[in-house]
Amino acid sequence: MAMIEMKDVSKWYGTFQVLKDCTTNVDKGEVVVVCGPSGSGKSTLIKCVNALEPFQKGDVVVDGISVADPRTDLPKLRSRVGMVFQHFELFPHMSVTDNLALAQVKVLGRPREEAVARGMKYLERVGLKEHAHKYPGQLSGGQQQRVAIARALSMDPIAMLFDEPTSALDPEMINEVLDVMVGLAHEGMTMMVVTHEMGFARKVAHRVIFMDRGEIVEDAKTDDFFGKPRSERAVQFLSKILHH
Amino acid sequence: MFAGFDWDVIQRSAGYLFREGMTFTVTLTVLAMSGGIVLGTALAMMRLSSVKPLALLAGGYVNLMRSVPLLLVIFWFYFLVPYIGAWVIGAKQPVQVGAILSSVITFTLFEAAYYCEIMRAGIQSIPRGQVWAGYALGLNYWQTMGTVVLPQAFRNMLPVLLTQTIILFQDTSLVYVLSITDFLGAAAKVAQRDGRLVEMYLFVAVVYFIISFFLSHQVKRLQAKLAVPGRM
Repeated sequence: MAMIEMKDVSKWYGTFQVLKDCTTNVDKGEVVVVCGPSGSGKSTLIKCVNALEPFQKGDVVVDGISVADPRTDLPKLRSRVGMVFQHFELFPHMSVTDNLALAQVKVLGRPREEAVARGMKYLERVGLKEHAHKYPGQLSGGQQQRVAIARALSMDPIAMLFDEPTSALDPEMINEVLDVMVGLAHEGMTMMVVTHEMGFARKVAHRVIFMDRGEIVEDAKTDDFFGKPRSERAVQFLSKILHH
Repeated sequence: MFAGFDWDVIQRSAGYLFREGMTFTVTLTVLAMSGGIVLGTALAMMRLSSVKPLALLAGGYVNLMRSVPLLLVIFWFYFLVPYIGAWVIGAKQPVQVGAILSSVITFTLFEAAYYCEIMRAGIQSIPRGQVWAGYALGLNYWQTMGTVVLPQAFRNMLPVLLTQTIILFQDTSLVYVLSITDFLGAAAKVAQRDGRLVEMYLFVAVVYFIISFFLSHQVKRLQAKLAVPGRM
């Protein structure tokens, strides 16, 4: 069953087309990695899933609900889809605890104690329980990103979107974040991940989507993508990031 | 060289200067600041709004206010507000507004334009990703503004905001032209009555200096106190 369905999604900035008829889907429990050269539209595509980026043509259907339909309650839809950003985007003026509890209280209407308890559960899971009282600025990049993942999980999402979650991290911190993501994938979380971490893709992705110049060039099972990529552009891309 | 001066006049008139004059100066500053910040925040949100007419309206207002000398705006409103008031409530005669109320309205409207620009810069200093993060968690526009953007923006712009308020405190002396007894106005009355211009104007300058300097110093301390841990 498709949790996320994208049908002919197209987007223009003025006359420049950044997404060209992108069609794909992510099934429940599936992990899909989106890769491609910078400027290929991967981040824009993933932001269309929860309508952070508006698009002009096509539709995205999340758990049966159309994103393009003007009657859709977007905040409600977004609250059900977790998102992790390249630059973490924790709220710097709030403690880790408040970062975790804010949307649970404001959006889901949970009592604060329950929200904090739930936040703590996920904070413990990402191994940062003892940092609850700190502010984001007092944590390392890897720690901030793990808090960001805990914050998204606290909302009990039906799917998780990751937009280059390790691109802004120092190399020694990448694995602590990837480990958490691998754990999530093994638990059966539905995930759409924009990343250049091909090791991660090989290990947990069911499918890989390769994008170039706003188009989905390749959409294949992970083994097929790495074993025998069909397009010349994917071959070139892989040779650039795998052999150096 | 100060032999010919009568410094005693300061002591004799100090009670009047502070009780009447400074009370009005401070009241006007506080009222114009409060009203200006509220109106300025609304204007800033309008200017940044994706609804074009709102953005244009707020932009036009701000540019108009910032392109006209404050002294002119004070005159304008003093003569115009009675007619606008009459037009609003449909009265035949101009509404008697009075110099004091007129000055409060003028300063609020004028300062709002400056506060608006400070707010706008503050709001724009917050990275777009923060808004995305708020939206992605399911917060709506007002929740994202209220809990994510504005609290951070206020911290960033607090020094400029308070500095603008110190300038406002000094600018309130322009109500002198409406013959209102603010601190400067009170001193001017005494100065002219007793023929002690140098003494009184020097005293007024010293008082303005001490208060403004002290407030600037407090702004720096407050800034350090409000700093978010782990951030500059």
